[in-house]
Amino acid sequence: MLSQLVDVIIYIFLALGVFFNILAGIGLLRFPDVYTRLHAGTKCTTFGSIFLCGSVILYGLKMWILGNVDGSMWVIHTGIALVAILLTNPTGAHALARAAHKSGVKPVGAVIDELENKPTKKSGDKMEAKK
Amino acid sequence: MNFFSIPDIYLVILGLLFLSIIMAIIRVIKGPTAPDRIVGLDTINTIVIVSMIIFGLAAGSVIYIDVAIVYAFLSFISTLFIAKYLEGGEF
Repeated sequence: MLSQLVDVIIYIFLALGVFFNILAGIGLLRFPDVYTRLHAGTKCTTFGSIFLCGSVILYGLKMWILGNVDGSMWVIHTGIALVAILLTNPTGAHALARAAHKSGVKPVGAVIDELENKPTKKSGDKMEAKK
Repeated sequence: MNFFSIPDIYLVILGLLFLSIIMAIIRVIKGPTAPDRIVGLDTINTIVIVSMIIFGLAAGSVIYIDVAIVYAFLSFISTLFIAKYLEGGEF
């Protein structure tokens, strides 16, 4: 009874994860701008990856509780992979948006761009150069 | 209930994930500027990591998930270096 309930939860997680990953692909194709494409391609894949990895973790937990010790390997390794995705994906998106703005790509249809006239600090500057 | 059978539903999930990868590849090919292409590559990297995890469960071996962890960190480093190159910084 309980294992069938866990199966239903696994199917729901799989459906949600695939839905958000396909939304990421559609958003990459349809959005008009680098920044909106970055929004679609990073947030949706991170959110979908949480659900897909969560379904694998639930599968391993079910195997582990029902007596197969190999299930613990699935849980721990997939948990580490999920932590790696959650750490690296937003950081890379932030670096990409910053690089896109500094390389001169303007947002399409933006009303205000607050970073436009701000003096940008170079990464190679020393502390003495600011004084 | 048989808990040791290979879940076939995960192979269907893999096919749907490849559909998303194909849409990102179209964006990489026809992207107008260089940051568009890099955004497409970043999306492809994340979906490939998840596909490795799913395929590891479908094939029944844990080594794919270890490869996925290493691939996550390597793709993160490559994305940071490409962003640094686009920004015009010094290495």
